[in-house]
Amino acid sequence: MERTGIARAACLAYRRDLLLAFRHWGQVAQPLVFFVIVATLFPLALGPQLAELREIAGGTLWVAALLASLLGVELLFRADHADGTLEQLLLSGQPLAILVLAKGFAHWTICGLPLVLLAPLVGAGLGTPPAANCTLMLSLALGTGILSALGAIGSALTLGLRRGSLLLGLLVLPLAMPSLIFGARAIDLAIHGDSARGPLLLLSAMLVLSVTLAPTAVAAALRISAE
Amino acid sequence: MNWTWFHKLASPPHAYRIAAQLLPWFAWPAGALIVAGLYGGLVLAPADYQQGDAFRIVYVHAPGAWLSMLVYATMAVAAAVGLIWRIKLAHAVAAASAPVGASFTVLALATGAIWGKPMWGTWWVWDARLTSELILLFLYAGVMALRASIDDRDRADRAAAVLAIVGVVNLPIIHYSVYWWNTLHQPATLTKIGKPSMAGDMLWPLLLMLLGFTLFYGAILLIRLRAEILKRERDATWLTTELAR
Amino acid sequence: MNDILDMGRYGAFVWPCFALAAVVLVWNIVAARRLHTAARQQALRRVAAKAAA
Repeated sequence: MERTGIARAACLAYRRDLLLAFRHWGQVAQPLVFFVIVATLFPLALGPQLAELREIAGGTLWVAALLASLLGVELLFRADHADGTLEQLLLSGQPLAILVLAKGFAHWTICGLPLVLLAPLVGAGLGTPPAANCTLMLSLALGTGILSALGAIGSALTLGLRRGSLLLGLLVLPLAMPSLIFGARAIDLAIHGDSARGPLLLLSAMLVLSVTLAPTAVAAALRISAE
Repeated sequence: MNWTWFHKLASPPHAYRIAAQLLPWFAWPAGALIVAGLYGGLVLAPADYQQGDAFRIVYVHAPGAWLSMLVYATMAVAAAVGLIWRIKLAHAVAAASAPVGASFTVLALATGAIWGKPMWGTWWVWDARLTSELILLFLYAGVMALRASIDDRDRADRAAAVLAIVGVVNLPIIHYSVYWWNTLHQPATLTKIGKPSMAGDMLWPLLLMLLGFTLFYGAILLIRLRAEILKRERDATWLTTELAR
Repeated sequence: MNDILDMGRYGAFVWPCFALAAVVLVWNIVAARRLHTAARQQALRRVAAKAAA
């Protein structure tokens, strides 16, 4: 029997996750709704003046996206761990890091991408001018990618633990702080009409770093957790 | 090259005994250096031109910060050794180091904050180094929390090891990001907290304190390592003979 | 002596820092030794139980 190639295995993993997500799109929508709710908390807490909200819009959007991503990262391994698919992946003989990469990309397609597309709407509620939308979406696209990678590490390490979700936040948030700094800064620059090239480039660098190194860490963590 | 000495070190009964023998060589010099450093820093060193006597806080703040990073690096290296070569003792070193490093991070943070009050007028400033230390504390907390949440010791060791390594890779990124963020939002004129221009009289007590604290960490690590070995080797046969000594 | 206590008006900041350092050092010593003693006692108990069994 012909062995499945890596590329084909990765594509299969990607498509499977997307298919499962579409079947349970209620679950997938939860992080999105959470994103909107958290973003709404800030005007309620600080007052309705758009001028004031505009000053903190970058940070608010990013914090909301961060927290929503934490919620969404549960989707990555939990279901597979529960029904035994994860073990199958570990035993499949395919390089685990590549499969993880495929699953991570699927996760970003399901959780990150919709958030990026929704962001301009939420941003408008916080006073972001339409001219900033491009940078806004780019910053969050890069950011949610980084968060998918970091979240995958945390998720793999805390697999099956009770109160694992709380622990996950404690583990992932400090690692995400650098991207928060640059991501929020990029949006703020765009809101004030300046070029956000610097922070965006740094964010891209962080994304490349995470996508390159995280799958190995996740694979190691999965092997540790699933035994 | 004869590697028996290395393999002996990795053997718990051996390590247990050697740790006891090494302890006085770390503990006493540590005590002497710290006492000498304190005397030099508090009594002998002249007051700083800009900061007056407040700069003397550096004699506990800098060793705290130095140790917070040294211990994390040690923990990460031990974690890597444990993962790659599967040496259980390395995991024991990592487990023993974490609380010690966290305590010194707290010291660095607290003394840094107190130092900030006379210098900047508030109890907390989002200074680059203080913020980095805070995030380092979170990293320590994460490693300790993860290890504590997993019942199976082997799994706990290896999971905490992966996290420690991920953390150490992130440390330079965090430091740089926070520094950039801080210089961006901070006005240009900054009192040089933590970096008084050190004349020779001020410098040597600091070096003594740094060395003394480092040896202190070594001593504490040896004690905690012995405790870890006892806990981990519960059912080993060598324990019976060892404890009878 | 008073000069040293006063620390040029900064005494209220300098001395708590050194006190804190002392607390951290002492805590480390006490906690580590306590851990070791407890572990040793537990190990002795286990050895005794096995010998009795």
